Amino acid sequence: MGLERLSKAEIETILSTAASFKEVSTREIKKVPALRGKTVVNLFYEPSTRTRMSFEVAAKRLSADVINVAIETSSVRKGETLIDTGRNIEALKADIIVMRHSSSGAAAILAKKVNANVVNAGDGWHEHPTQALLDIFTLKEKTGKIKGLKVCIIGDIAHSRVARSNIWGLTKLGAEVTVCAPRLLIPPEIEKMGVKVSDDADKAIKGVDAVNVLRMQFERDEETAFPQRLEYFKNFGITRERLSKAGTSIIVMHPGPINRGVEISSEVADGASSVILEQVTNGIAVRMAVLFLVAGGEKKKT
Amino acid sequence: MRVLVKNSRIIDASQNLDKIGDIFIESGKIKNVGKNISPNADKIIEASGKIAIPGLVDMHVHLREPGREDKETIESGTLAAAKGGITSVLAMPNTEPAIDCIDSVERVKEIIKKNAKVNVFIAAAITKNRAGREVTEVKKLKNHGVLAVTDDGSSVDDTDIMHRALCAAAKEKILVICHCEDKKLSALGQVNKGFTSTRMGLRGISKESEYNRIKRDIDLAAKTGSRIHIAHVSCRESVEIIAKAKKRGIPVTAETAPHYFSFDESEIWGFDTNKKMNPPLRCADDVLSLKQALAEGVIDAVASDHAPHTENEKDVEFDKAAFGVTGLETELSACIKLVEEGLLDWLQLTRLIAYNPASILGINKGSLRPGSDADIVLVDADKKWRVTRDGFVSKSKNSCFIGKTLRGVVECTILNGQIIYKNESIPG
Repeated sequence: MGLERLSKAEIETILSTAASFKEVSTREIKKVPALRGKTVVNLFYEPSTRTRMSFEVAAKRLSADVINVAIETSSVRKGETLIDTGRNIEALKADIIVMRHSSSGAAAILAKKVNANVVNAGDGWHEHPTQALLDIFTLKEKTGKIKGLKVCIIGDIAHSRVARSNIWGLTKLGAEVTVCAPRLLIPPEIEKMGVKVSDDADKAIKGVDAVNVLRMQFERDEETAFPQRLEYFKNFGITRERLSKAGTSIIVMHPGPINRGVEISSEVADGASSVILEQVTNGIAVRMAVLFLVAGGEKKKT
Repeated sequence: MRVLVKNSRIIDASQNLDKIGDIFIESGKIKNVGKNISPNADKIIEASGKIAIPGLVDMHVHLREPGREDKETIESGTLAAAKGGITSVLAMPNTEPAIDCIDSVERVKEIIKKNAKVNVFIAAAITKNRAGREVTEVKKLKNHGVLAVTDDGSSVDDTDIMHRALCAAAKEKILVICHCEDKKLSALGQVNKGFTSTRMGLRGISKESEYNRIKRDIDLAAKTGSRIHIAHVSCRESVEIIAKAKKRGIPVTAETAPHYFSFDESEIWGFDTNKKMNPPLRCADDVLSLKQALAEGVIDAVASDHAPHTENEKDVEFDKAAFGVTGLETELSACIKLVEEGLLDWLQLTRLIAYNPASILGINKGSLRPGSDADIVLVDADKKWRVTRDGFVSKSKNSCFIGKTLRGVVECTILNGQIIYKNESIPG
């Protein structure tokens, strides 16, 4: 359901399993029979390209059968509840339901009502565990360790499930996390999650090992908490100049999709310190690991 | 009919009584309480080892009838009350339609007469259709037996209209029950604002949304002299504001509900919609403050805020799920826990769950004094029970105590001298 509920050891198991699956994608025949005969249903209540594709590719490389449920054409439009939809999918003998939903807690609520394994592919502002796992996997690959790393998560923290999952995961593995955003985009009492809080980008990224840049979700402007785009770019945008002032060899991550010229400049996004596309590649290995561990073991939820 | 309840430990706040003895009931009234009173009785209830307390008076109950009989009816709700040792309830007016005129009051009275298993008293809306725009006819409502007026479920947002309502209530000397919530601050909120809303990724309901409105209503009470009662107090700041107002002599009383002193916000981190209510579960420090307020008498009463909802309304995404939990069948056990913890003694407990709410409502209940209505509960205070979904009598199962083990079982509920509920295990 989320990294909040996973122990340090469980997270490490996923990461090491992912490392062994990563090689599969480099083969000429990119497939292993680990999930042959298993059915994975991608149930996406929110638009998503990269996460859905990544889960689909991951499942296929494990030889699972994959069904994508497009909500626009399904009976949800006819008023079917989340739990009824889930039970129907289960009645098709699906082994794993991968769900993306706009309501925080949706995956947890569904998991209590169905026997199929539920994998949370993002729920509201709550968690996006596989994204955080792939971020952590990428960081570990680049630096060799997580313990003691200094990571700054910068952007719309308040509405970010990626931020929350990263915070749980990174702090459990011993990283030092700072979150940075304009004050209105920092949710109350987030320091109780074990992070430092800053609204000064230059100070926040000073001396860090990595910066995880979140997308400014301007489509969620209902709360008028969002600053002007240009003003945001000026104060919080990750540019080459800002990075070079903060230190050398800072790894730049972004969960995508990126808004060039809003939270990140093109030269940084496409530059040498950026690992954005490697994150996408690693996402497949991490999701293969999660699907494999979930389907392979007892009923377990991630 | 003469009934003798023998050898129980009798506890009654109204007489400061805590001793083992007998209760003699004649024609539905308590005739005598004492030791070895052995008048000729038609029926003897042997109750040694049990505690006898006045039937509970629950001044905050949603019976949902008329309009939402799928959630609860006056019959099912009062059966649940009897099982919980509650012999008097105050029914909230947020039914469909709202109880906001004498016609609707009379209609509800008819259903009560026909179907109620315990005493049901009526609260009526303070504004028409609970819309917060036009004050109801308070005088007429009172003349038709309404005990209090309230828009419970909402607060009257317009201060001028609330002022007018309190003026009318002051003139008629009728109690105003205040649901204190500033919707501008709590809008779309789901859980306590702060660490809980942040970690769950949900919008928060701030404490300010509650205590700012309590402040306003207390100011209006001071200005108008109207008697007000603050419903479902959930946090420390509210307690402090109420304590101060009482010291200044403002006519304010207050209640809290068992869930607010039984659980803190961490209980909801698993997204269990049966723990979603408004106001929400607050911090551990607020729980502590509520307990102190109960012990010190700053909070006058415990009321269940029994809010039944169907499973269809709860088995949905967290932010779509209805607010509210049931409480009639777990209230007494949740309160007994406070005695177990040493926070209250039994006398204080009966004051909070029976005597005080009866006094606030001005009804001849909540006491075992000779002459009172013989509403009595016999409790096995040590016996433990596990709360299960299927164990409820209420039509709805949305309890936040499901899965918990509680202490204190109602063995027998007596209403006007008649046994209306008996736990299977009690002989006779």
